[in-house]
Amino acid sequence: MEDRVLLAVKDLHKWFELRKWGFIHVGFVRAVDGVDFDIHYGEAVTFVGESGCGKSTLARTMLGLYQPTKGEILFQGKRLQKLGRWYRSQVGYVQQDPYGALPPFMNVRRILLEPLVINHWGTRAERERRIREVLEEVKLTPVDDFIAKFPHMLSGGQQQRLVIARAIVMNPKLLVADEPVSMLDASVRVEILKLLDSVQKAHNLGVAYITHDLSTVRYFSERIFVMYAAKIVEKAPVKELIRNPLHPYTQALLDAIADPDPENAHKMREVPPGEPPSLLHPPSGCRFHPRCKHAIEGLCDREVPPEFEPTPGHFVSCWLHK
Amino acid sequence: MKEAFKELTRYKSALVGLFILFFLVALAIYAVVAIPYGEAIRLWRGSEAMWRYNPRTAAPAWIDYFTPKRLLHTVILDSEVAQKNVEVLSERTRRILITYTLDYKADVFPSELAVVFKSRYDKKPPRVEVIWKTPDGREFPFGRQIPSGAIHWYTVSQDKDLISNLRGAPEKILFQDPKDAEKPIKGIHTITIKAYVFESDADIDAEVIIYGTVHGLAGTDHLRRDIGVALLWGAPIALAFGLGASFGITISSIIFAAIGAWFGGWIDGVVQRLTEIRMVIPTLPILIMVGLFYSKSIWVILAVLIVLNLIESSVKTYRAMFLQEKRAPYIEAARSYGAGHLRIVFRYLIPRVIPWLIPGFVLAVPAYVFLEASLSVLGLGDPVLPTWGKLLSDAFGHGALYHGYYYWVLEPAFLLMATGFGFTLIGYTLDKIFNPRLREI
Repeated sequence: MEDRVLLAVKDLHKWFELRKWGFIHVGFVRAVDGVDFDIHYGEAVTFVGESGCGKSTLARTMLGLYQPTKGEILFQGKRLQKLGRWYRSQVGYVQQDPYGALPPFMNVRRILLEPLVINHWGTRAERERRIREVLEEVKLTPVDDFIAKFPHMLSGGQQQRLVIARAIVMNPKLLVADEPVSMLDASVRVEILKLLDSVQKAHNLGVAYITHDLSTVRYFSERIFVMYAAKIVEKAPVKELIRNPLHPYTQALLDAIADPDPENAHKMREVPPGEPPSLLHPPSGCRFHPRCKHAIEGLCDREVPPEFEPTPGHFVSCWLHK
Repeated sequence: MKEAFKELTRYKSALVGLFILFFLVALAIYAVVAIPYGEAIRLWRGSEAMWRYNPRTAAPAWIDYFTPKRLLHTVILDSEVAQKNVEVLSERTRRILITYTLDYKADVFPSELAVVFKSRYDKKPPRVEVIWKTPDGREFPFGRQIPSGAIHWYTVSQDKDLISNLRGAPEKILFQDPKDAEKPIKGIHTITIKAYVFESDADIDAEVIIYGTVHGLAGTDHLRRDIGVALLWGAPIALAFGLGASFGITISSIIFAAIGAWFGGWIDGVVQRLTEIRMVIPTLPILIMVGLFYSKSIWVILAVLIVLNLIESSVKTYRAMFLQEKRAPYIEAARSYGAGHLRIVFRYLIPRVIPWLIPGFVLAVPAYVFLEASLSVLGLGDPVLPTWGKLLSDAFGHGALYHGYYYWVLEPAFLLMATGFGFTLIGYTLDKIFNPRLREI
């Protein structure tokens, strides 16, 4: 079981210092506050949660762009900090804004060449061959039409394909996709998600797919991790979670998905009251309790719920499922 | 970049600027090719002998076309146009008569007169005398002397005996119309050199120089030097100084700004404090000190200027750009695929802002060209190199405007202004192209 784990995250915290007056700490923004999970080889997992719940910080910490404040990340059983540069070739990063993610002054060839050059990959001819190969793979074909173009000459969908090509050009084992389709037109979203899916299957990639939109999840991914206020509140396989959401927040999230059935058009939806909590001063106990209609007074507002496993493989941090 | 250039040619102002720049570059290339560096220095520093046949402070020749009076080009009467008669007086002594004719047509007096004696003898030098016959038949014998050496210069205009005999400057009196003292007499002057040689194989030749009031394309200065040499060589020096200083200072400031902005923390602090210190240190006094106590070489001054401005005040502007740019997602992506700090600074941050810097770089060029000229005017110019600033300095030092040598001031000033104008036109147009928001203004 253990050797199937590609990336293990243990009790991960990432706090940002608000500001400092000399030695006096004014406060911390707790962007990621105690998160545990595993990603297996070739497994796609989805992180879902509303804006500002710490998804992107988690992604960047997984990429090693942020140093964890506490806790550790193990890649193939080794601590991330010890892997150094080699880890860079093992992980690909797909960002939200494809245009911003591409240096505007480099052409397609140069953009794809950069990771190869930086990681001293192959000879000049091998690099050229690899660039063409990866452009074919993301279907930016005919390759010769694209290879000399600059990002502003490409459409949004093509730009995102290029970003994906850059992420996989080093043959990584893990892909971190931070809201890869949220800035694209609805028409190209499915295309990009299918491309990600085919890339994942072809290379047996571990994928961490981060989104706030549950409707895109079902295209690919085996497990869903639901995040709320810097913590993971529920982990379950996709079908299990959609059929049987256990955490009140997950239930609210699923309710919020647009329902195409006209019969339900006039049905009022239940929306949890209030706002997501401040990560500077998170609520005590369960972080969802101020908005939760099932909150148990004296328990939910005092004690942080541990992880329960009501059915095998389905974890939830909620006192209701003790 | 290609597109930018294409777009540049769509603006008329830029076309004028490009034309001026092209002209300057052509001038600079011509100067370097026609008069090599060493030759230029030799010409400019060279003793008076090098320029002895040129008139002093003469106006450019083309002035002639714009004045109603007919001006005088220098006339050199040498042995080729002379009639030489040798008369044997005794076994050794011979009398040699060299006769020149000068058809004088100008409406102005010559600026100077001189005779060069070229004699060949063993022990006993020849004796000479000049007999000047004016068109109206008056005869003036003068300059009785014994020329010593192979080449002997007799500067007629400075012959004190002659001046007192004639009661005036020889170049005036000899050419004066007896009826109107203010006008030169026109017609044929006959100048005869009467010489006696006292050795059997001795010989003598002479050249009579009637210095004009105009010379060449650019005129001459107080040392008879051709101002054209300095105008020509001023172009490559001004371009090298201006472009060199602007390029060096812009590049180093960008690099410091990028490093400070990227690393942040104490590195940024150090860069910012150094910038602020630099901002209160005045450049000109330091350059004057260097010029006074160390070296006046233009290249030393250029190096000091660049070093002083390594962290220029524009670091602040660049830093603001970089601070914005360092948060761009593509920088984060570069970090995720392993780009190191230096790679990010030089391959990702700096190329991104270069389009915005080009106009500033071009606009800064004239400032440094003018700085070099100002240093020269302050007397701290390179003493060996001919530059535009040096010309202005000489003109200023010799009261050019007071004496009416306007060309001496106007020519270098015109070139300096043209340089500034050209670069400014191109710079502002580039600014419009790279910062489209300015287009409406």
